[in-house]
Amino acid sequence: MSILVNTTVNGDIAEFVCEVDETLMDALRNRLGLTGVKEGCGTGDCGACSITLDGTLVCSCLVLGAEAQGRSVETVEGMSDGATLHPLQQKFLEHAALQCGICTPGFLIAAQALLEKNPNPSEQEIRYALAGNLCRCTGYDKIVRAVQDAAATMNGAKR
Amino acid sequence: MLFEAPQTTAEAVALLAKSKGSVHVLAGGSDLLVRMKGGYVEPDVIVDIKRIKSMNVIKKTPEGFLIGAAVSCGRMGEHKALKKAWPGVVEAANLIGSDQIQGRCTIVGNLCNASPAADSVPALIAANALAIIQGPRGARRMAVEKIATAPGKTSLKKGEVVEAILLPPRPPRSGDAYLRFIPRTEMDIAVVSAGVNIILGRNGEIMEAYVSLGAVAATALRVDEAANAILGTTLDEDALDKLGAACAAACKPINDKRGTIDFRIKVAKVLARRAAKLAYSRAGGK
Repeated sequence: MSILVNTTVNGDIAEFVCEVDETLMDALRNRLGLTGVKEGCGTGDCGACSITLDGTLVCSCLVLGAEAQGRSVETVEGMSDGATLHPLQQKFLEHAALQCGICTPGFLIAAQALLEKNPNPSEQEIRYALAGNLCRCTGYDKIVRAVQDAAATMNGAKR
Repeated sequence: MLFEAPQTTAEAVALLAKSKGSVHVLAGGSDLLVRMKGGYVEPDVIVDIKRIKSMNVIKKTPEGFLIGAAVSCGRMGEHKALKKAWPGVVEAANLIGSDQIQGRCTIVGNLCNASPAADSVPALIAANALAIIQGPRGARRMAVEKIATAPGKTSLKKGEVVEAILLPPRPPRSGDAYLRFIPRTEMDIAVVSAGVNIILGRNGEIMEAYVSLGAVAATALRVDEAANAILGTTLDEDALDKLGAACAAACKPINDKRGTIDFRIKVAKVLARRAAKLAYSRAGGK
């Protein structure tokens, strides 16, 4: 059975048809062309497919496409303000917090969710909050530093 | 394959009762979707319960805290009053997976997935939690330790769904704790775990105690002998030794890649002691 799903993605109304057992990750990538949502493990272990669903950080591989009906989805594609990168994106570039890049969209979304809840996290809090995102290149240090720097920038901009 | 997202519990029960073949309740999906992807289940009907309003709330009632089946563990951690009343239960729920998983996973899902290593279950057993079950014959209540009967198997009947978990009211001088052992600090499955719930009398002696162990048998265990061993005491060294010995005697673990039988029994003893100390101090014991 195919299902018609009406939802909101990155603030825009979106509509797609998916199969019952099709994950939201697959629907976002293959039906809506949002390939910033990456598939790593497909079982909720690696976080590469992280998105927010009604403001809650989730792995889109563990959500069915059909569940997005009437919900609001945010992906990495909605992070920048036009050509202006989000501070997290900018700091990931400056700190070289990525090498191959497949984990990066998930890290950015998870880090954004963290900073919304906790604008000034400690290093330990960052490491725990990002424990659901795996990176095989950086060794994590550069990612943690980029998040710390982005938090400082964002807090500075607010003052 | 059909996908249904009923708005009420009655509709959900009707769907579960009449649907034929492989019928699955979808709460957070952090177990179901993994099993689907792995090819272990191929549902004919998926009933998503997250649109049911009554299953989406944490409510303080005269009978205690009611936690709806669709409430994510992450939301439990954000509920200050629940955390204050039941710190052990909330910590156990919050140990499951990453922040991403916390946004989806539920304690009712954890219970009904019936893994012997489920993190929230020993804490719920120690808390004397009840499962509120809705089915074609109406509502019934059952102690949480009677839900899982074997790994992956529950005692729920056709058409039944756990609507909520009820945690009993907290008297003064009560405290609970849950501890687990994993080889890393996050993102792993319990090798052994222990939940303890203690209520103190006026003079600081243990008036009521409840002890539960996870991942040391086919289902999470309630260990009454361990609880009885500390009753009437102020959790002195002798009482702790007896508690540990009773826990070790109750273990029926398996050898697997995550731990040997001997290791699990030893760790169960250690964790039960530590959890008892923590629950005791949370209850105000000195």
